[in-house]
Amino acid sequence: MAELFVLAEHRQGQMRDTTFEMLTKGREIAEKTGAELTAVLLGKDVKEHAKALSEYAKKVLLVEDAKLENFNSDAYQKVLAKLIKEHKPRLTMIGHTSYGVELAPRLAASLNLPLATDCIDLAFEDDAFVVTRQMYGGKVNVKAKLRKSESYMVTVRQAAFTAQKPASPANGQIIEVPSPLTEEITTKRFIQYVLPPPGGVDITAAEKLVGIGRGIKDQANVPVVEDLAKTLGAVLACSRPIVDKGWLPADRQVGSSGKTVKPKLYIALGISGAFQHVLGMKNSDLIIAVNKDPKAPIFSFSDYGVVEDMFKIVPALKNKIIEIRGQKA
Amino acid sequence: MDIIVCVKHVPETAEAELKIDASGKSIDKSGLVFDINEWDDYALEEAVRIKEKFGGTVTAITIGPKDADSTLRKCLARGADTAIHLMDPKFEGSDAFAVAKILCGAIKTLHFDLILTGAQAGDDGSAMVGPILAELLGIPHATMVKKIELGTGLAKVNRELEGGLEEQLEVKLPALFAVQTGINEPRYVSIMGIRKAMQKEIKVMGLADIGLTENDVGLAGSWLNVEKMYVPPVEKQAEFIKGNPDEIAAKIVEILKSRGLI
Repeated sequence: MAELFVLAEHRQGQMRDTTFEMLTKGREIAEKTGAELTAVLLGKDVKEHAKALSEYAKKVLLVEDAKLENFNSDAYQKVLAKLIKEHKPRLTMIGHTSYGVELAPRLAASLNLPLATDCIDLAFEDDAFVVTRQMYGGKVNVKAKLRKSESYMVTVRQAAFTAQKPASPANGQIIEVPSPLTEEITTKRFIQYVLPPPGGVDITAAEKLVGIGRGIKDQANVPVVEDLAKTLGAVLACSRPIVDKGWLPADRQVGSSGKTVKPKLYIALGISGAFQHVLGMKNSDLIIAVNKDPKAPIFSFSDYGVVEDMFKIVPALKNKIIEIRGQKA
Repeated sequence: MDIIVCVKHVPETAEAELKIDASGKSIDKSGLVFDINEWDDYALEEAVRIKEKFGGTVTAITIGPKDADSTLRKCLARGADTAIHLMDPKFEGSDAFAVAKILCGAIKTLHFDLILTGAQAGDDGSAMVGPILAELLGIPHATMVKKIELGTGLAKVNRELEGGLEEQLEVKLPALFAVQTGINEPRYVSIMGIRKAMQKEIKVMGLADIGLTENDVGLAGSWLNVEKMYVPPVEKQAEFIKGNPDEIAAKIVEILKSRGLI
């Protein structure tokens, strides 16, 4: 029976959400195409994870080796290449995560398997394998067909699918596969995890956040927004480009490579709404976005939108708040 | 230390309203400003900093139509010593896989100790070219790189994971590193740099020069064939607040008051 592989991603004893999201989507594709869902788990002392995966997948291929204790794409590539050659899965799903982008392109090229990355949807349609992915920071979608092949590979965007336990556990068979890693991997070696420096401000604890993005244009404009935030009793946060430019410290960054926040109010100023940022703030209670581009993706995640230059809104809003406060007092 | 930096000439779209063109497979690029891909900008800066510290050369290389030479000029102005422009009508329609093959064809004839690329491009966001190129060249790689410390025959790099966490790896050289934004602060181009860059020669290479055939490049040599491009369907739409700035501000304040946020 044809198989679908899902690579389980885990770190420091924790299974990562992307794994269960992919298993949920994989189950749907397996049911539609009459294939069997197989979870592939690489690591050291990870039998507990194998059990959790067996609730989702018909089969769990478990490869344990001390050399797989921490993620190393070169070690993973060797093991997965062997498993893919032996099992010939119709599809291998890997998370579009830092680990996934390190591993998948090189693995696919080594096996000459067509790969599409950062997919938000995927399906077998009349013998063809078709994916949906985004371009230009999420402003457009493309539907693309992969070159015909016996076996395909994708990396799947985090949170593109919602993880759902099967109605009845799959009771998958756990198959221990001997590790093919006979020698130490010398090309690349894991040394250690590096924790972010302890920050001065905890944006995850703030009730109100004012987030700034590229639309701020210049570092000199940051104090204008900071003023508004102070007036509002909010904390200033931002999207990635602002930290990259050094205009705000890293502990203010909201998004997949920064913090996930859930304040009562999130005002997004000049933020286009690339998915990396949205992942970190979409569950805020109330989201108000200001952006010049009426088609900015941020408006699909906001409760209220304003299509206008943020520098016209910021002072007006600050004055209005002061005025209202004055009336109250 | 001889360093090759792979750069891409891309439209700036962060604040532009995009339109799909008549083919239905691409955006209408007329009126858009093109520049060096943001991630590649950091890769170039990193290469120039390494050269300034350890000596050696920096070669910038790009694939693209004639216009792409402005991005190579920028690289030269910012400190690259030489530039290679891979230009051929046959390259059109190449996806990330085909692009990696083209780059490999040109790079394997050059001497290098290090290859730097951006971790991804702002247009297709595929994050594939660097690691595939490393595979084709048979050298180690690391992506999402936030820090590079060079030693003898080895480099220590920090890779960005999630939520502010990084991992430190030791990688054998020569290697390819795909860098993440924020690894450094790209410098501004000096007038002197621009003047000097105008005098430098850009080497142009086509399909015939890189040992590939028509089937290796363009759509024929690609994994991905775009069938259609469309504006994403809106799942939830914000309620738009209209009016002049004062009216808008008043409405926002009303909303905040009603929720007890002011």
